[in-house]
Amino acid sequence: MSTVESNPVESDFLASLLAPAAQTAEGHDLWLKARRASALERASALSVPTTRDEDWRFTDLSMLYRLKLKAADAGGQVDSAILTTLMFPEATTRLVFVDGHFDRSASSIAQEEKVRVGNLEQALRDSAWRSTLGEVESRLATVARVEHDVFAAANTAFLREAAIVHVAAGAQLGDTPIQVINVATGHATGSNPRVLVVAGQGSGCTVIEDYVAVGGSAYFTNSVCEIAIGPDAEVHHIKLQREADTAFHIANTTVLMQDNSRYRNWSVGVGGRISRHNLHVVQDGTGIDCDMHGLAMISGRQLADTHSSVDHALPYGASRQVHKTIAGGSAHAVFNGKILVREGAQQTNSSQQSRNLLLSQRAKVDTKPQLEIFADDVKCAHGATVGQIAADEVFYLKSRGLSETAARNLLTYAFAKEVVEHIPVASVIAVLENHILEQTRTKEA
Amino acid sequence: MIKDNASEVLKVQGLTATVDNREILCGIDLSVRAGEVHAIMGPNGSGKSTFAKVLVGHPAYEVTGGMVRFDDADLLELSPEDRARRGVFLGFQYPVEVPGVTNGGFLRLAYNTVQSARGKEELDPLEFDDFIREKMELLEMDPGFLERSLNAGFSGGEKKRNEILQMALLEPRLSILDETDSGLDIDALRIVANGVNQLHTSEDAIVLVTHYQRLLNYIEPDYVHVMENGRIIKTGDKGLALQLEDRGYDWVAQEYRERAA
Repeated sequence: MSTVESNPVESDFLASLLAPAAQTAEGHDLWLKARRASALERASALSVPTTRDEDWRFTDLSMLYRLKLKAADAGGQVDSAILTTLMFPEATTRLVFVDGHFDRSASSIAQEEKVRVGNLEQALRDSAWRSTLGEVESRLATVARVEHDVFAAANTAFLREAAIVHVAAGAQLGDTPIQVINVATGHATGSNPRVLVVAGQGSGCTVIEDYVAVGGSAYFTNSVCEIAIGPDAEVHHIKLQREADTAFHIANTTVLMQDNSRYRNWSVGVGGRISRHNLHVVQDGTGIDCDMHGLAMISGRQLADTHSSVDHALPYGASRQVHKTIAGGSAHAVFNGKILVREGAQQTNSSQQSRNLLLSQRAKVDTKPQLEIFADDVKCAHGATVGQIAADEVFYLKSRGLSETAARNLLTYAFAKEVVEHIPVASVIAVLENHILEQTRTKEA
Repeated sequence: MIKDNASEVLKVQGLTATVDNREILCGIDLSVRAGEVHAIMGPNGSGKSTFAKVLVGHPAYEVTGGMVRFDDADLLELSPEDRARRGVFLGFQYPVEVPGVTNGGFLRLAYNTVQSARGKEELDPLEFDDFIREKMELLEMDPGFLERSLNAGFSGGEKKRNEILQMALLEPRLSILDETDSGLDIDALRIVANGVNQLHTSEDAIVLVTHYQRLLNYIEPDYVHVMENGRIIKTGDKGLALQLEDRGYDWVAQEYRERAA
């Protein structure tokens, strides 16, 4: 982060962001208290980023820094009927957080012997969790990069409530996903959602990390998600960002992978006035395989920024990444994809594609692949394209009776489909399909 | 077939059009009645394909004069999609590849859009599947076509069959087939032509745009028109096509110039 002296707006924002952390309830768990304290200290020593920082040069947060933050002791009210519409029926286990606070009555937790799902605060006091708390302690706030990221550090300074998913060695959840849903009601203007997924050796699970809004005013979601994948384990991770168009959404995802594990990520962002997703995958073992499918679909004056990195540390790793953006109106999409192949990571096979569709003259995209390769026997491919909807395709579809809007919607969906179609939860695909078609209908027609 | 009391499907009078301010159509007159098959022939650059595209409202061309009536409607006032919904169909010379849009899904969307505009019943995916398979048999197409992206990676012959499949689905009142024979081998030509013949009734009309007489051995025209420099300069029966095959186009142009002089 910037070492340049920050201006008063930025330092006031950081002070107000961190102020409630001092009042975070005292617990009996000394390790957690110590982690919060050191994160608070770290966050206070850092400054918030500005466009002077290379990593943030396209993403101007000054609007966020002028936002008056208001924390809340409890979440706002959410109509249960509305909540039901936000649930994916395949997910029988759901954790609901409202404005950053766990909503036990709205949550639904199927009890399974080898799978523990719950809120950190209760887990710490629950005897059923006792055997898994050691692993939670070793992973929580150690997977994420708290040291160098002021937002991840600030989130950690509040660490008390968090969605914890622990899958024991060998446990296979099959196609049954776990949905962690974070609802913003506008009751608070700042929240720090947190997710930890620990997948034991040879286990398999699917987690949907979902951000939705039922209120409309400006608010700030500062989330951190940590995923630790044990040897031979496989995690499917679907991150959905469907915040209000007035929201600021900053998300840090860090994935730590061990030998022969597999990680599949789908990250779809459609909301937020300004959204930023930092996705870091660390291949800390051999024979690891990950693929990442990103989609940002924005319009109006939205900005969506994805910064990803894949760290190939050891041999025989593979990574595939497709990141797509669809920008209409005066929207601005940003992608920075870093692939790091360390000296010891021979036989790495990595590919990265950045594909961008501009739906209007004023829409803008900045995309940058960033390859840093220190091993000499590797295969790394990357490419970037920026295009528009082809007029001859639109005319062809119209000549078969489709309206201009229907034709453009169909072509936009065709562009997005590669990212969406293999999501392992059918109802998620259906929701996204509708969203993509509706979005172009209302905003581009 | 020519019937004296058949209704006039298409009437074109003095149609002129430009592309990039260059005049390509210089006053076309044409009348097409229900049940008839017309062939428009002519050398490269004579304006045949432009004429076909102008009739379906291609945005690259600007109509600068004349009128086109389609049944009771002023065709030039209608958007391309409305022309399609009312029953004007163009079989493209170069069908556009649309990666990511599945052929089956697209065909159903187009069919239901047109059906709904005509106040007719739409089909759900299962009903449509049965319906489309029947039409595909007519063109000896493999059902696997439905799963592929629309025209993407199709061979020339596959694209043309897919065009005629769309014609079969949309049941046009007026079908304009632009160089449908190009890129077809002799077997594919026979299958496509046979499909067109089976779809053609006394209620619809067909305009074939073609370079070669070959197609007309399979789809027999009632009228053959020769275009040059954006005009129809001669009209005859199917015998004219044979003469053209034999003697080329120069004599027609010569005759036209002598007549004009």
